[in-house]
Amino acid sequence: MLSRMAGCLYWMARNMERAENTARLLDVSLQMSLLHASSQDDLLVPLDVTGSTADFLRRHHTPTPQAVLHYLALDSENPGSIYNCMRNARENAHVVRVKITTEMWEQVNGTWLEMREWHARGLDTRSASSFLEWVRERSHLFRGAGYGTMLRNDTFHFSRLGTFIERADNTARILNVKTKQISDNEPEAENILDYYQWAALLRSVSGFEAYRDIYRDSITPERVAELLILRQDMPRSLRACFGEINKVLGRIEGHAGRSARRRASEIQARLTYSSIEDIFADGLEQTLDSLIDDIILLGNTIHHSYLEAA
Amino acid sequence: MHRITPLDHTHYDEMLMPGQDTRPSYQRFANWLNQAPLAWLRDKQSEADTLFRRVGITFAVYGDESGSERLIPFDTIPRIISASEWKTLEAGCIQRVTALNRFLHDIYHEQDILKAGIIPPEQILTNAGYQLAMQGIDLPRQVYAHIAGVDIIRHNDGGFYVLEDNLRTPSGVSYMLENRKMMMRLFPELFASHDITPVEHYPNMLLDTLRSVSPAEVDNPTVVVLTPGQYNSAYFEHAFLASQMGVELVEGQDLFVKNGYVYMRTTSGPQRVDVIYRRLDDAYLDPLAFNPGSMLGVPGLMSVYREGRVTVCNAVGTGVADDKSIYPYVPDMIRFYLGEEPILHNVPTWQLRKPDDLAYVLDHLSELVVKEVHGAGGYGMLVGPASTQAEIEAYRLRILEDPANFIAQPTLSLSTCPTFVESGIAPRHIDLRPFVLSGKKVQLVAGGLTRVALREGSLVVNSSQGGGTKDTWILKEDITC
Repeated sequence: MLSRMAGCLYWMARNMERAENTARLLDVSLQMSLLHASSQDDLLVPLDVTGSTADFLRRHHTPTPQAVLHYLALDSENPGSIYNCMRNARENAHVVRVKITTEMWEQVNGTWLEMREWHARGLDTRSASSFLEWVRERSHLFRGAGYGTMLRNDTFHFSRLGTFIERADNTARILNVKTKQISDNEPEAENILDYYQWAALLRSVSGFEAYRDIYRDSITPERVAELLILRQDMPRSLRACFGEINKVLGRIEGHAGRSARRRASEIQARLTYSSIEDIFADGLEQTLDSLIDDIILLGNTIHHSYLEAA
Repeated sequence: MHRITPLDHTHYDEMLMPGQDTRPSYQRFANWLNQAPLAWLRDKQSEADTLFRRVGITFAVYGDESGSERLIPFDTIPRIISASEWKTLEAGCIQRVTALNRFLHDIYHEQDILKAGIIPPEQILTNAGYQLAMQGIDLPRQVYAHIAGVDIIRHNDGGFYVLEDNLRTPSGVSYMLENRKMMMRLFPELFASHDITPVEHYPNMLLDTLRSVSPAEVDNPTVVVLTPGQYNSAYFEHAFLASQMGVELVEGQDLFVKNGYVYMRTTSGPQRVDVIYRRLDDAYLDPLAFNPGSMLGVPGLMSVYREGRVTVCNAVGTGVADDKSIYPYVPDMIRFYLGEEPILHNVPTWQLRKPDDLAYVLDHLSELVVKEVHGAGGYGMLVGPASTQAEIEAYRLRILEDPANFIAQPTLSLSTCPTFVESGIAPRHIDLRPFVLSGKKVQLVAGGLTRVALREGSLVVNSSQGGGTKDTWILKEDITC
């Protein structure tokens, strides 16, 4: 496959996944900010995770719910806004229009057309949750249409690769930001606030029910970290993402991806053979920082091996 | 010079003979049409619009922010050509394109036609379309114009005339294919009652043609379609043809030159490319050889091309042969290279660089069509009978500034074909563009793109000027009544 086409498939999927992750983060943060309205910390979380705090503060000064919502959801000048993610997904899909299935194209194109309507109408904190739910639904539809209709060839593989690299990156980042935030809490407020923050984190990755099912016990940082880093059966965990990434990399034709495969296998081996005790002994923050660096490196290697080959 | 009777406001109608009798080739269709309720036809027409829009939305021209696409109007009444007429058209197109390819080879090699004094050398050698870089390069099978779109009209004498030869990157073939698909979907019963020659194998024929001109040493050539990108107005066609042929649609950035060959960047490493069907003008092909600012081309491509290690289709430098200043010589080319009389007529053309022609034309501006030598797309021309005195005078000044930049032709009476318009069914002017493929052999699918001027009385069929298209039927056998 042409490297440029592979790149478009990969970024189409990454952008759609990023839109979903941003929507999940925003949803939880807006709810949390209602819980203790005096603090702006919760509103800063989605900005921190998406790496856009500085740009936001330069343009808006104070993070009000309305401003954060607009910035992350609709702002056409924020390259990482949901609006721009969907626009990028659509532009990339347009280039590979003849490679993807009709269902998939109509899915991406339809999403973009509706996104423009949301953009024209604007959002306030009352309409936010229905918008964020819509984003999640469209992302589910996108993945479902692809999974249900695409031939299992490199077209499919590169789009799956984009989805899971982006998801792994997001899970690692959100866990990392929350970990830092929670360790900053005042000791006396710790227990009650911690509970809500961990619960919110779980909800943002659809992990609240999973947690209850698996642990049937109170929420502890160790278990949340275990669920989101090491559990193979948790679809948004790092280990599950890397399981998919390795599977997909193994199926892509040709030998160009040797270094990408090696890197991904190393990360997977670490996730497979670590215990949560090891991770806490090394320090959760340090582990997550190095995982995030590894994911970035893997993304670069994928680019180098496949997407800008020769 | 073949004289054409001047415009007399009577036109050859493709369906009706003078006296309103139906021509034999249209008889079955006319019977069907007479029974079809107008309201039902209107429904079918809007169904076609909806379907095209849907196809359009899913994979058509895209450029503006809204993602909405400009559609070329499609008319549901077909243009029907009888088997015997097609035989003439086919033979005429093959003859013409064969001679044009011989001409191109000649002017980049021995230049016999110039030595024989048939065309003044300065007409060729100083022509903007003449590429010095092509001199002495031997191309596979000596073919230059692998894909040619010959624009043909029918005059009111019933004869076919070639209006121009498009030898660079002629477009429109995707409409020929899509229009047929649409008609079969809308009116299957018509295809059961008519014996219509199929056109669907065009992409196959095109791929065979492209593979047959690959560099000699290659056994299993890799063909690609090179597009300027998704913002080009013909991008839909580029993507369509690539997918129909099952080859990669590449942009300049996907290709690179290394160790004397052209490669494309793929996910399994560099892959050699042997034949490039380019839909990009000469000037943008290689920033090292032509326009240095071009971001669309492939640096170094020309050097590989000159070594014969890649084939570019159409060849570089074909523009000199479809230039309007060279057009008047095509009948002489046919006589010179093939020793045959032209089967298809040329439209008589005055070359304003000749003082006698200039004088005549300046005296008759109100009767003539005047065009720029390098113009295309129906822009920048004067249609005398349809222009005001002021427009004519303004144009006269333009001519006098640089007469050699203009040619003039009689105002032709393009034939008409019944067409679905707002008021019902009415005659509208049409032309025809068959697509001639030259490789191992010179051939064309029986059909072409029929363009129709939808505005009443208009003679301009270009899609940029409000033209539409029709399906073109070539009957397998003549119908006798």
